[in-house]
Amino acid sequence: MIEDELTRCVVRWYPGATGVTAAAKLSGGASQETWSFDILHAGGKHGAILRRSPQGYGAAPTRAAGLDAEARLMQLAHDAGLPSPKVMHVLKPEDDLGTGFIMQRIEGETIARKILRDEQFAKARPILARQLGKVSAGIHSLPRDQLPSLREMSATKEIAEMGREYRSFDWPRPVFELALRWLGDHDPGPSKEVTLVHGDFRHGNLIIGPDGVRAVLDWELAHFGDPMEDLGWICVNSWRFGEIDKPVGGFGSREELFAGYEEGGRKVDPDRVKFWEVMGTLRWGVMCCGMMQRFRLGPDHSMERAMIGRRASETEIDLLRLLAPRGG
Amino acid sequence: MQDEPTPIELTKAVADFLRNDITPVISGHNAFKLRVAINILDLVTRQLTLGEGSDDAEAARLAKLLGLQGSLIEQNRALGERIAKGEVDLATPGLSEHLWQTTLAKLAVDQPNYASYKRELEREGK
Repeated sequence: MIEDELTRCVVRWYPGATGVTAAAKLSGGASQETWSFDILHAGGKHGAILRRSPQGYGAAPTRAAGLDAEARLMQLAHDAGLPSPKVMHVLKPEDDLGTGFIMQRIEGETIARKILRDEQFAKARPILARQLGKVSAGIHSLPRDQLPSLREMSATKEIAEMGREYRSFDWPRPVFELALRWLGDHDPGPSKEVTLVHGDFRHGNLIIGPDGVRAVLDWELAHFGDPMEDLGWICVNSWRFGEIDKPVGGFGSREELFAGYEEGGRKVDPDRVKFWEVMGTLRWGVMCCGMMQRFRLGPDHSMERAMIGRRASETEIDLLRLLAPRGG
Repeated sequence: MQDEPTPIELTKAVADFLRNDITPVISGHNAFKLRVAINILDLVTRQLTLGEGSDDAEAARLAKLLGLQGSLIEQNRALGERIAKGEVDLATPGLSEHLWQTTLAKLAVDQPNYASYKRELEREGK
């Protein structure tokens, strides 16, 4: 039982801890799991999250930053006053829980449809785009000399990577070809400024409360690169969940996002943001195809994976709306 | 010739059974999986209903655009290569219209409730 292992772990470093309870797996692929649990202590309970690779799954996929880097980034973000959970413990071999870390659990909602429709978020929605602009400016301002080592990406490298991945599926998609061609023709070149990029700054990785954004999660795809990438990615239509006239996550405008970003002391380059929005739309399409491959090749033979393959066409219509809009 | 009922009728019968009789008596993660399963059967029904006609129209457009007969996948490969090489682009007469029609036909099967698709249909006044 994971509760036994967690208990042995937390009593070593949590003052007065007597055990853990309510352990529940929130998500988990083969290589990475997220668990929620409560630490019991004399004064009551403390909500916690375990993010780990179980033993035997040391090697991270090539794009992943690794759990040690994720823990360090979350802690740095927290220390800089950004909405980020406090990292309570980085797993050690004697914890016998694999590799990863334990962080404070922050209450709130990550499911986009609830955030966009539920009454309790009605006051948060109008302020979120501006808040997230400011938060992303904070992320991009974290001092590089304190950051862990991460892969460095550029627009040119990303175009090549998307092209390679798309071709590996060996299934012709003329709209993706058109997008790759457009990206090549509009490659903005190396960014004047290379900063930390969150890499997956969107619904699902943001904890939202009635008061607005409470935490940024999931730094798995963090890297160094063009900061405008995060602003483009959060504008991708796939994260608007039907609210297609509100480009930022289905709740706000680009103007609000950009204003928040500039309030955070940084400059926006709208052309680069547009480039990364097109790239992001293609990237989600390629990811849908990749997940379908995981269904077909066997590691995750679920109906959900299969159906995600049929969502790639959503990104094709969005790419056409971006690159070949029809008049009227 | 295979007999009746048709694959469309059979698939619909299963989807309707799951939707009307099983959904009310199931909960939790299995209810979520059931919804996915019903969505799959509905997609299959749409493809069986619409797929043949849209494939034929796509092949005819591609034959005209490329001057090339062949299977649909070969035609699409050829179009992809020409776009990649820059031999055809959005200035090429018929390309944009072809990509739009092909993509709308895919959405009609895959995700007819997708907001961007519904918006584009409204534009066509459908």
